[in-house]
Amino acid sequence: MNATARRSVEFAGIVATALLAVLMIGVISLEALRDHVGAAAFLYEQFIVVGEWMDYYLGTGVFSHGFMWRTIGTVILIGIIAPVVGTYLVHREMALIGETLAHTAFAGVAVGLFFSATTGWDGNLLTAALVVAILGALGVQWLAERTDTYGDVPIAIMLTGSFAVGTIIIEYGQGLSGVAIEDFLFGSAAVVPSSGAQLVVVQTFAVLGVIAITYKQLLFITFDEQAARVARLNVTWYNALLIVMTAVVVVGAMQILGVILVAAMLVVPVAAASQLAESFRETLVLSVLFGQASVLAGYAISIHQGIAASGPIVVVAIAIYLLTIAASSRSSALSMH
Amino acid sequence: MSTVVDIQNVTFAYGENVAVRDVSLTIEEGDFLGLIGPNGSGKTTLLHLMLGLHSPDSGTIELFGDPVDEFDDGERIGYVSQKATSRGGSMPVTVREAVRMGRFAHAGFGRLDDEDEAIVDDALETVGITDLADRRVNQLSGGQRQRAYIARALASEADLLALDEPTVGVDAESRDEFYQLLDSLNQEGITIVLIEHDIGVVTDRADHIACINQELYHHGDTESFVESDALSEAYGANGQVVHHHH
Repeated sequence: MNATARRSVEFAGIVATALLAVLMIGVISLEALRDHVGAAAFLYEQFIVVGEWMDYYLGTGVFSHGFMWRTIGTVILIGIIAPVVGTYLVHREMALIGETLAHTAFAGVAVGLFFSATTGWDGNLLTAALVVAILGALGVQWLAERTDTYGDVPIAIMLTGSFAVGTIIIEYGQGLSGVAIEDFLFGSAAVVPSSGAQLVVVQTFAVLGVIAITYKQLLFITFDEQAARVARLNVTWYNALLIVMTAVVVVGAMQILGVILVAAMLVVPVAAASQLAESFRETLVLSVLFGQASVLAGYAISIHQGIAASGPIVVVAIAIYLLTIAASSRSSALSMH
Repeated sequence: MSTVVDIQNVTFAYGENVAVRDVSLTIEEGDFLGLIGPNGSGKTTLLHLMLGLHSPDSGTIELFGDPVDEFDDGERIGYVSQKATSRGGSMPVTVREAVRMGRFAHAGFGRLDDEDEAIVDDALETVGITDLADRRVNQLSGGQRQRAYIARALASEADLLALDEPTVGVDAESRDEFYQLLDSLNQEGITIVLIEHDIGVVTDRADHIACINQELYHHGDTESFVESDALSEAYGANGQVVHHHH
């Protein structure tokens, strides 16, 4: 494929992804507003009617249900923001930070469960996860500054340590609540609650907004941290920003992928994109496209087979990665001649 | 002529290990300073101190007249680090994307405008890699890659160019071209600080030499350095000196 055709295909893919994302944000917002705004309720019902027609023609039983749309919307948005943040993380050689923060977020869920069981607090568990994950993110950043590295030792300590705290709290609090902890570990088989979907919408705006503003700065510190320091960028601040964004994405994505698999969405599409991309900008574009392909195909498989979405999504992502390796070694073999 | 870098009685240690001891030196506008010394002599540390990457344990450093930790005109300094410290090796970044980074300090949070892009084009032209603009940095040869980093420094319209062993792993021919390029940049008025392990190259090109091994053994023009004993004192009688004659 020549460069122009390739760019056109990528552009079409990004436009399609953006339209899909806007539609999904619309659906999730309408669902949130339908009890308060008459017009929203009307539009939402029309949308469900369209879903019924889709089910009728496709022979499926998916699109007529509001909760399915909510889950699909969450999956699609995660398939955008996780690879975007992951593009910086992977090339910053911080790939396992996501995994670490997921385990920290798990401790947050445990703390939330414990709080709600003992104090009657009925806040959202994801809020607790988000707060603790952001604190964990700042903790990782602090450790990295002190030890002068994002090396695997502080990461391993943080990862296992927060999981250990999480399990202790859950053991103490066992029987206090009816929440299935497996959903947080392995990703939910069923549906994302409306509050979870709304959280991801907010996260999507926040992450894409921050990236749009700080694209250049994050690129510079990722590519050449020392030169960025010399150019008087506040590298510590941007590192903290990147890690906090990672925590935010991880907590949203955890609903679908679970603590254990969440890092895959940050890393695998980016690894695939980096095999083929000719520039950093193209890496971002391709990682979002590969991320979308993974979540859509993976989610379709999960519905078809009636299993949790996390496994299929990750397996599809890795299949794409293997294909890009094959494609890139073929193209470099061709260019040898 | 104004002072670009003013270092007074600076000492810096990594924990217990003193890397730079009581060094004072000034670099004037338009100087081409060669910074030499044996391996582990604190050359890179001294350069990092000048640029504000480390804070001295004692002593003062001024950059363009401001204390270095308050200096915030990032675009006035172009820095080419030792190759290993940049991720150009694995990250898919094009030459143009890398050179555009030189404009980031100017643009702040805004987009690069047409003028910025024109300056990037000029920088690519000056170092002779316009035809490589869309190639990935990690597909370039060592010499081409260093040119890309120089272009980035030029794009920032830096007044001070700091280079830390820029030609490690670069073939001899590209190295000569590279040093010719530095010469012509220096003649245009850009101040240059160069760390280089090949003393022959430094004495050929630089107009001032600072020779350090923890302490400053010599700082002055190249002629006085060649006549002095600073080299053998700093490197020790048995020191391995890379020395070649043209």
